[in-house]
Amino acid sequence: MVTTPDASLVTPERPVGMGTGPEREFTVKARTQTQLIVRRFFAHKLAVGSLVVFVLILVVSLLGQRFWKYKYGVPDPNALSQAPSWEHPLGTGDLGEDGLAQMLRGAQRSIQIALLVMVTQTAIATLVGATSGYFRSWVDSGLMRLVDLVLTLPVFALLIVLASRLSVGWVGVALVIAFIGWAPDSRVVRGVFLSLREKEYVEAAHALGAKNRRIIVRHLLPNSLGVIIVNATLALAFAILLEAALSYLGFGVQAPDTSLGKLISDAQGAVDTRPWLFYFPGVVIIAIALTVNFIGDGLRDAFDPTQTRVRA
Amino acid sequence: MIVFIVRRLLISVPVLIASAVLVFLMVSAGGDPLAPLRANPNISQDALNARRHDLNLDKPLPQRFGLWAANFVKGDFGNDLNGRPVKPQLFSRLGMTVRLVLVSQFLALGLAIVAGVFAAVRQYSIGDYIVTFTGFLLISTPLFWFAGVLKEWAAIRLNNGLDSLFHTNRRFVFTIGDKTPDFTGNTWDRISDYAGHMVLPTIALAGVTYAVWSRFQRASMLEVLNSDYMRLAQAKGLPRRRVLVRHGLRTALIPLTTVVAINVGAVIGGVVITERVFGWHGMGELLLTAANNRDVNVMLGWLMLAAVVVILANLVADILYAYLDPRIRRT
Repeated sequence: MVTTPDASLVTPERPVGMGTGPEREFTVKARTQTQLIVRRFFAHKLAVGSLVVFVLILVVSLLGQRFWKYKYGVPDPNALSQAPSWEHPLGTGDLGEDGLAQMLRGAQRSIQIALLVMVTQTAIATLVGATSGYFRSWVDSGLMRLVDLVLTLPVFALLIVLASRLSVGWVGVALVIAFIGWAPDSRVVRGVFLSLREKEYVEAAHALGAKNRRIIVRHLLPNSLGVIIVNATLALAFAILLEAALSYLGFGVQAPDTSLGKLISDAQGAVDTRPWLFYFPGVVIIAIALTVNFIGDGLRDAFDPTQTRVRA
Repeated sequence: MIVFIVRRLLISVPVLIASAVLVFLMVSAGGDPLAPLRANPNISQDALNARRHDLNLDKPLPQRFGLWAANFVKGDFGNDLNGRPVKPQLFSRLGMTVRLVLVSQFLALGLAIVAGVFAAVRQYSIGDYIVTFTGFLLISTPLFWFAGVLKEWAAIRLNNGLDSLFHTNRRFVFTIGDKTPDFTGNTWDRISDYAGHMVLPTIALAGVTYAVWSRFQRASMLEVLNSDYMRLAQAKGLPRRRVLVRHGLRTALIPLTTVVAINVGAVIGGVVITERVFGWHGMGELLLTAANNRDVNVMLGWLMLAAVVVILANLVADILYAYLDPRIRRT
């Protein structure tokens, strides 16, 4: 390759927007990529609002049990099947358990599972996608055939079959969901790696003698982080729904423990007499999944360098 | 085109074999199919051994797979835990499940195309925001809860509302089962009875699918609307309607074929949940009972049937895509 050394070195180094005419966003001062992403995200009102609500739900569900006066699973014969009141904001169950205490425990469990699914699934997907996209050839075709295979399996039905065999508590439920769900994400990561590995800076790193591992970890991963994070948020929203569905069918979280899906399942027998036990957990699931989806949408826009119009 | 179809068909065969292996491994992973029998004190050791031999559990895993696969290919799905053959059980329930899936998916497809195109054409209008938000909301709603709300909350109100309109003093939508048991009446009443039972499950199952597809259709239509040839068509002075439908919609529909096919797996999961909520004795119930009882042969038969359906759907989608988009055929 014959290029004048100064041209190829100087151009990417120059701070963006310095003296290149009226590029509105960049005329004030040069910002780092992270600053740009954060700014774009915070300009997305719906996403920011969702983030606030989601963090609130997260904090309340993970810590709320310590501060609420009623404890999970403690029956109270003096307060059977009470409608929501100041004493019991979410009513009580047929044994007098406090609805809010049940809900806090259920939400905690559901969120724990979803977070674990998100981490595990993203890790598997990134590992497979990165390996496949970077090394290509037989590694790629082998791994992608496997992904194709997992994609052609009726996932939810398999989940039922697999989960019915497990009795290892919520961690097992989370791992089974992640084990089934990584395939589509790894395809996305692979796509990003396939296009990034052809970039000049990767070629430059190769020329400088960088090892494969260094190129993947230091050059390619940071640049595909946006896609990975967006996919991870979507995985979180999906995991909340999957766990709820599994627990509803009786194959997820088991009896002494509870989750949002199991709460709904338990309440379904008596929706007419205790509607509050049926409707509130559903609303919480929707709130979590909806805010996470909106956050993911906002992140997608924020990470997209071609996005100039920040949606209000 | 014929070469493409043949090649695509040939690829499906190893995929089917591989998924059979995977399904078999997953079903036999962990869990002892005889555990429920062992727990029962009235069953003797001899009976257990006979059962073990019956299910080939005394043989190594590869041999077990070989025996099962050989029978499966010949159309013998084996017997369930009670000794009844699996195959008739599967196929007798297939009809009502397929009916529910087909009606709800066509409904979802129609709605999604209309809503997606509308939202794209009127981008950032109130209508677009409503469509987009509804999509987000439905994607974030657990299907079983949505179905539960329809069943527990909407059904009564719908029946009362329709009744006050028509004063016929009968129920219009039903919340349990796929038909009224011991129903007597002429063909027309029979059809309306089936329809009344199908309304709510169909809405439930269609809702979630609609959400995914309408968002996809909106994105796909937007991409087409922003392309150069659309501007050219408008610049030529063609009527707006013709530009949108002939040039825009037709192109924007092509990617939807793939999305519809990929969704088949999700719908199979969705129908299991929907049938459970509305108490249908369909495929879903069969799988749930089998999973609870660790009924290996029923699960295997069920999952293989589902895998075949998914693979066929992908096959059809690929061929359709190649037919609609000639660029695919050449690669």
